[in-house]
Amino acid sequence: MEANGVLIMDSSPLGRTGESTRKIMFTVCLTLVPALAVSVWMFGWDAVRVLVLTAVFTVGVEALIAKFSNTKIDYLDGSALLTGILLAMNVPSNAPWWMLLIGAVVAVVIGKQVFGGLGQNIFNPALVARVFLLISFPMQMTSWPLPGAFDGTTGATPLGILKTEGIGAIKTIGVGDLAMGHIGGSLGEISALALLIGSLYLFYKKYITWEIPVAFIGTVFVFTGAFYLINPAQYASPVFHIFTGGLFLGALYMATDMVTSPLSFKGKLLFGFGCGFFTALIRLFGSYPEGVSFAILFMNAFVPLLDRYFPDKKFGMVKNG
Amino acid sequence: MNVKEKLLKSFFVENPVTGLLLGLCPTLATTTSAENGLGMGLATTFVLVSSNVVISLLRNVIPNRVRIPSFIVVIATFVTIVDMGMQATLYDLHKTLGLFIPLIVVNCIILGRAEAFASKNNLWDSFLDGLFMGLGFTFSLFILGSVREILGTGNWLGMALVPGDWSTILVFVLAPGAFLSLGFILVGMNKIARVIEGGK
Repeated sequence: MEANGVLIMDSSPLGRTGESTRKIMFTVCLTLVPALAVSVWMFGWDAVRVLVLTAVFTVGVEALIAKFSNTKIDYLDGSALLTGILLAMNVPSNAPWWMLLIGAVVAVVIGKQVFGGLGQNIFNPALVARVFLLISFPMQMTSWPLPGAFDGTTGATPLGILKTEGIGAIKTIGVGDLAMGHIGGSLGEISALALLIGSLYLFYKKYITWEIPVAFIGTVFVFTGAFYLINPAQYASPVFHIFTGGLFLGALYMATDMVTSPLSFKGKLLFGFGCGFFTALIRLFGSYPEGVSFAILFMNAFVPLLDRYFPDKKFGMVKNG
Repeated sequence: MNVKEKLLKSFFVENPVTGLLLGLCPTLATTTSAENGLGMGLATTFVLVSSNVVISLLRNVIPNRVRIPSFIVVIATFVTIVDMGMQATLYDLHKTLGLFIPLIVVNCIILGRAEAFASKNNLWDSFLDGLFMGLGFTFSLFILGSVREILGTGNWLGMALVPGDWSTILVFVLAPGAFLSLGFILVGMNKIARVIEGGK
């Protein structure tokens, strides 16, 4: 309790846990450390460079806006830092500095501040920037340095290989490689396992709940699994699909963003289902190899609608009252 | 209101695109380059001026109850002239703008000016109104086209502005870039409009 023994003269809720935006944001940043450690281990100093630059750029841009804004913006509340880290986890480790700067400006200005700042944005800022970069710089955003290849070798992600070369080309990639991160990709998409470990603390603290990640990953598994059962010669296995790409990063850290996800139980389940459905649809039939970011942004747009039709249960409300 | 004031107003304060937010479909769709924006704007200006003049001359003849179909027939006539004229003289530009030239007929700026201005005012005023509104529209399309062309391709009116090996922000020549650029141009134009309005 924040104010123990003090009589709070305010509207409810009166019981408070002492959580603050700042505390939650920095905790989420800390839980990303295992995944970041894997990316540094795999990509070396390049990963550190991308991380530091992106974080400095996003916080810097937010500080600049805070300076010229009429409203008070706490640019050190950790939300800009988290956006920066998530953006860094979405780009290749050899991304040039100007691309990171453009990404940071897009994330903070277009993704967040034009809507009115933290809590007002409709779309996940880091994903807005990622999609902006993907569409603007398709060449830089689709040639990924291979882990451990410090000589600058680049290649496509497993999903990219699947899209361009077909099912035969991915046979050699084992589930262990996928889970541990021995695959080409962005900083954050290589190790599903490290992301899962980090997010356990978020589940424990109830910063995120199970509905969205489970519905999201489950839907992708079932959807791609159905096609795999029908024709295994053409479609990759569902295990391959859930461990590749940004699915774990998206499902655990981006779809669960407090600002851009629904409030109620049913809303969250539907939101997760929608994310999974569109991810699988884009992966199997779309022109892009990966659909997690598009799916989450698409479902972000439905959040106000989901919150309207499945309102959060409020205590003290009377039915038909 | 004198002519100069009216011109300034139709460029900034009552600009069809940035002030009234009319005709956004051609605005967003055809402004992939400054040249395309300019071509689209001038074609629309021609239709706007001609239809305003003709409708102003016929304003006492057209019965009130069938005025909208009558306006559309007049507008469609001039759109056909522009369509065929451009096909004959500016074939490449005509091909790039494609369907959006025939679609000038349903551009709400033109019907809007016919209904709101030309059907109630004399020939000279209607001519000026059509010209200024058209030039304001062209101005917005040219600015938007320039921004998108420079950021998206690094060229402007055929000139290369950045070294060839630089990456350009491809999204600006695609549909999302049109919306983003328009949004930021609106911010700037609203600021200018406020300064002009406040200065009076």
